[in-house]
Amino acid sequence: MAHLEDNKLETVVYQRPESMEEHPFHFCPGCGHGIVFRLVAEVIDELKIKERAICVASIGCSVNSYHYFKSDGLESAHGRAPAVATAIKRCHPHLVPFTYQGDGDLAAIGTAEIVHACARGENITTIFVNNAIYGMTGGQMAPTTLPGMYSTSTPGGREASLAGHPIRVCEMLSTLEGTAYIARVAVHSPAAVRKAKQAIKLAFRVQLANLGMSLVEVLSPCPTNWRVEPIKAMEWLAENMLPHYPLGEYKVIEAVAALKKEGHHA
Amino acid sequence: MSEKTLMAGNIAIAEGAILAGCHAYFGYPITPQNELLEHMSKRMPEEGRVFVQTESELSAINMVYGAAASGCRAMTSTSSPGFSLQQEGISYMAGAEIPAVVVNVMRGGPGLGDIGGAQGDYFQATKGGGHGDYHIITLAPSSVQEMMDLTMLAFELADKYRNPVALLPDGFLGQAVEPVTMRQPVTKFPQKPWAITGAVGRPKNIINSFAMDPVDYRPRVELLRQKFEKIKQGEVRYEGINLDDASLVIVAYGSAFRAAMTAMKMAREDGLKVGIFRPVTLFPFPVKPLSDLSRKIRRFLVAELSCGQLIEDVRLSMSAEAQVALVNQFAGVPISADEILEAVEKIIK
Repeated sequence: MAHLEDNKLETVVYQRPESMEEHPFHFCPGCGHGIVFRLVAEVIDELKIKERAICVASIGCSVNSYHYFKSDGLESAHGRAPAVATAIKRCHPHLVPFTYQGDGDLAAIGTAEIVHACARGENITTIFVNNAIYGMTGGQMAPTTLPGMYSTSTPGGREASLAGHPIRVCEMLSTLEGTAYIARVAVHSPAAVRKAKQAIKLAFRVQLANLGMSLVEVLSPCPTNWRVEPIKAMEWLAENMLPHYPLGEYKVIEAVAALKKEGHHA
Repeated sequence: MSEKTLMAGNIAIAEGAILAGCHAYFGYPITPQNELLEHMSKRMPEEGRVFVQTESELSAINMVYGAAASGCRAMTSTSSPGFSLQQEGISYMAGAEIPAVVVNVMRGGPGLGDIGGAQGDYFQATKGGGHGDYHIITLAPSSVQEMMDLTMLAFELADKYRNPVALLPDGFLGQAVEPVTMRQPVTKFPQKPWAITGAVGRPKNIINSFAMDPVDYRPRVELLRQKFEKIKQGEVRYEGINLDDASLVIVAYGSAFRAAMTAMKMAREDGLKVGIFRPVTLFPFPVKPLSDLSRKIRRFLVAELSCGQLIEDVRLSMSAEAQVALVNQFAGVPISADEILEAVEKIIK
């Protein structure tokens, strides 16, 4: 903010991260994905890993992920991104593959791949965006859809006796010994966004320090399929998702705690 | 003089892959190919290469995709039910033009089937197998030596055409033990400027098989179509035995070919002029050589370990005058030379 006091209009205080492509987002207005992509790009910049990062995209609204970064990237079949990233890391330990997956991709069709990547302790990073709904296909029930929540495939609201219970991914995966860092964050407020960035940065630093599997779940609004206006969606997230999906760090192994103390300059 | 080593078919595939510079192997246990995975679990780390036993065949094929997309020679091996699961990844790799080798040591099916050797995955391997318009090059070894040699060829063809290649032995060959002449390790590998290796000193690379707009995807599939035409023109492989004087030709591959060889010898001892046509590439199928042959010889007998799959491609290759009969076993039961000879005699006598 010190720059602003100089009152020089040419002083840049906010700009596109260096590692982010000038490629228009294909997201709906008010979607949280754009915020998350920007945070990942900022972290890639700050850690100076643009040349080493590999964006392992998935299927759903995250399908075009590789278009938004200047790093190499590839598509994975639905749910398989952790397997793809595993192979890239095993073959090229100096590369920094990260998967970018939604809740349908990671917590439904891709449960085997994420669970076993965590169990093996693969040295990869997963950004898991949870908006409690299938976005791209038009708002069907996701594995993370809340009890009672409307979706186009739970028209009377999600009923546990018929459609089961939502999966709490961080809680589940943090029981696996191969995981080094697991945190849940959100992007519904500026304060939450700042914390989200800290977690994403730490997750990448965990990989750079070869400490094992790191995963950050990001609670993110989907106003289109929640059928509310963008600002209402932020409020809806706080009121409905936070009680069911508490924010916080679910797994911080000792080595990661030490890394955290070293500060944010890797 | 090159020294020969006694080796099982499944092991010959593994050693062939190592000689071909396969840098990463991913697999899931399934009979009758387990020796291959077990052998790799020891040999790949010895060579300083990558081995991962995966949670499923699905995961294995997607790891192959990741490894191959990052420029490494990569392979998985499985048997029929696992090959079905891998069709997803194979389709993605065909769409994204990723070279990889998939070994399917075929067993009896459909369903869980049984663990006997079979050739029931012929359609699945040669006609695409997964969703969308594509083919994979399909190689059919008929000896343990060929298990090694065609595995090495599979890696070469995969890189040459940036396409998945399947090696399609049946379970009997996987278990068969025969002398093998060891080959020299491959030392020259093609450059892969398209690979995902980190965007250093070049614009980023993207690997996908997707376009938001069908109008943008069509030209990519058109290029694939042209590639498969080129493969059909340039990569047909087959073997002809005793065709010069033959009045009947047995068409067979894999362990059915081995039974056919014995049947042919027995027939010739009885004065019956029998020859053999053995496709080595099942895709591309040797349409023209077989078609040319059918203008000279009119009687064909297809011997296969499936309920009439190979015979469809043989029929499509025939001239109008040729007649094609079938002798087969299926569901994991081997075929005997006697059965084939009996069918030969029925036609000739």
